[in-house]
Amino acid sequence: MTIDATIPPGRDKSTGSVLNDPKVRGYIYQGITLLLLVVFVYWVTDNTIENLKRANIASGYGFLNGRAGFDVGQSLIAFTSDSTYGRALVVGFFNTILVAVTGIITATIIGFLIGIGRLSKNWLIAKLAMIYVEVFRNIPPLLVIFFWYSGVLAVLPQPRESMALPLNMYINNRGLAFPRPIFDSGAQFTFYALIIAVIASIAFVRYANKKQMATGKRPPVLWIVLAMLIGLPLVTFLATGMPISFDVPIAGKFNLTGGSVVGPEFLSLFLALSFYTAAFIAEIVRAGIRGVSHGQTEAAHALGIRPGLTTRLVVVPQAMRIIIPPLTSQYLNLTKNSSLAIAVGYADLVAVGGTILNQTGQAVEVVSIWIVVYLTLSLSTSLFMNWFNAKMALVER
Amino acid sequence: MNAPQANFVRTSMLAPSQPPTLEKGYIAWFRKNLFATPQDSVLTIIAILLLAWFLPPMIKWLFIDAAWTGGGRGVCATVAQGGSQPEGWSGACWAFVGAKFDQFLFGRYPIEERWRPTLVGILFVALLVPMLIPKIPYKGWNAILLFGALPVVAFFLLLGGVFGLTYVETPLWGGLMVTLILSFVGIAVSLPFGIVLALGRRSKMPVIRMICTIFIEIVRGIPLITVLFMASVMLPLFLPQGMTVDKFLRALIGVSFFASAYMAEVVRGGLQAIPKGQSEGADSLGLGYWQKMRLIILPQALKLVIPGIVNTFIGLFKDTSLVSIIGMFDLLGIVRQNFSDANWASPVTPLSGLVFAGFTFWLFCFGMSRYSGFMERLLDKGHKR
Repeated sequence: MTIDATIPPGRDKSTGSVLNDPKVRGYIYQGITLLLLVVFVYWVTDNTIENLKRANIASGYGFLNGRAGFDVGQSLIAFTSDSTYGRALVVGFFNTILVAVTGIITATIIGFLIGIGRLSKNWLIAKLAMIYVEVFRNIPPLLVIFFWYSGVLAVLPQPRESMALPLNMYINNRGLAFPRPIFDSGAQFTFYALIIAVIASIAFVRYANKKQMATGKRPPVLWIVLAMLIGLPLVTFLATGMPISFDVPIAGKFNLTGGSVVGPEFLSLFLALSFYTAAFIAEIVRAGIRGVSHGQTEAAHALGIRPGLTTRLVVVPQAMRIIIPPLTSQYLNLTKNSSLAIAVGYADLVAVGGTILNQTGQAVEVVSIWIVVYLTLSLSTSLFMNWFNAKMALVER
Repeated sequence: MNAPQANFVRTSMLAPSQPPTLEKGYIAWFRKNLFATPQDSVLTIIAILLLAWFLPPMIKWLFIDAAWTGGGRGVCATVAQGGSQPEGWSGACWAFVGAKFDQFLFGRYPIEERWRPTLVGILFVALLVPMLIPKIPYKGWNAILLFGALPVVAFFLLLGGVFGLTYVETPLWGGLMVTLILSFVGIAVSLPFGIVLALGRRSKMPVIRMICTIFIEIVRGIPLITVLFMASVMLPLFLPQGMTVDKFLRALIGVSFFASAYMAEVVRGGLQAIPKGQSEGADSLGLGYWQKMRLIILPQALKLVIPGIVNTFIGLFKDTSLVSIIGMFDLLGIVRQNFSDANWASPVTPLSGLVFAGFTFWLFCFGMSRYSGFMERLLDKGHKR
């Protein structure tokens, strides 16, 4: 190499300079770090094994087959105290998903309403939305949960004095009672019809898009899709002889009979997560809409597009590109915050795991299950986000 | 020379005529901001109806019907519930908050020793206020005192056991004091650790980068409550026999870990926003890695992400309330513990206590977010495009 020629004769290029080579230094630093880490992990593992041995706790996941011996308040799948620990964790996982999904839906609706409200030209609406956001953003979610749980739901009247709500629902301090659908034989056809309607709707929207691209005319998508989504299941429902009926809760002298009840634990968690996350979603929505430059709106108006259509066809699609990534991470936050369920005793993954941990002392295993489940959720969310970003990224020249 | 007089030319200005009544004053404002279009009018009316339905009962509950003074649950319960209020009464029980106020501040800290946390609080405010006002000089010394000297002084003052101070064990600590200590330590630890983690994640050395990335992603992927469980249940398992970690310290470690990972991502965002030319410029000046980071990159990067940093602080402050789940009595924990006090238990006690705690949290968080907005405007040197 040419550099060799510049080295004065009599000086060996390999001495002294090696330590100053950033590459070599890098290897040394990394080697030291790795060594320290290995030593630390070994020390921790050694201590853990020692401690577990002393406490007579068998490590490994065999405990999952043991009898749970506790009951969970609310469960989507059959569970008794004779079921296994493993099944209890599955129950907890489903409960986490249940409160996360319902919470996400409500939070999105409230969040979008409030976010759009903050941008309203109507002074009163904008100020009310601002107060909502500033209040809920600045108090801990746990406090909001307790607010609903011990502040509101606990002081509702006793079951025999239940408050009647619309749609045959009742609310009291034991929870919310609502009509439970009963599926007789033949009910499955209605579901099949619904699935077919959804598939047909998607196909029709694609066809409409193609037709619009080709001819410039768009078929009346909204009405046809609505007709399909409502009409098809309804016709099937009527044709199969109305196989779905409702078990309506009835206010008796002392208690409600019939219907399904969701407990105050679920209600308070669901309401708190929805209201709390909605404040953050509102800010994201506001930032997204504000992020679309005003020139876009003006250009659309200059083309003669009406304000309503401008919002729908020009502003919203561009705003969604800004909104969706932070929105996804808010959904993830809501899912993680659902672990606060343990504070009010709703049997989610963490609460069930906590109970098992106390009963069996299998701390390492339970915590590892938590980590795996939540990491899977968050990693799949970030995968989705990467895919979405790649799909929605502006294709520029 | 005589200027030609033209009688038809005005010599004085005409006073401007009044704007139309519909375009000025309250009426115009109402028309423009509340009733611009029919939809607007409908929305306004709905909002006013909502306020009319919601606001008066709330004010009545919070202030007019509230029980402000009293020595027990009697003032906060109706006759049927064993109190003195008329049937159907419902109002805030501020007497409860007043009676328990000291506990909400200090937890079960011994009463005769409460001057110690008070003194720490006074020192904290005395050091924090000049830190926050940009015009006051000697920021460096101030920071050293606040983040270096104060924690040491606070440690000895609060825990005691030396210099003739009585030893006060940490399970007795509680209330707002614990909330503030947890968040202060969390903030003070998470910022340097977050910076180190962020630099590590952007390092060219694969081993360091991997370690930092794994740490950040795992901690960010799981809820804080599991981190706290790990700290409180697994930390004792990890340590050799005989070595115990105080419960309070475990919570501190958990909170700091958690906040560091989030802070790292915020700082990384700032590092990514600095153009490569800055780094190359520093290299060409012959600066080493740490010099480059300390003098060129980090000052710019941190300034960029001040809003993000403060948001992390706010999140951390709110998240400290979770330690009540692992059996510590921070502000929220101590308020909840007092719900079951037989002297004060009544249907309105929980809501009153929670409103008080919520208002306290809100004050701190809102203050922080306002201050961050102020700093952002102050530091904005117009470089932004």
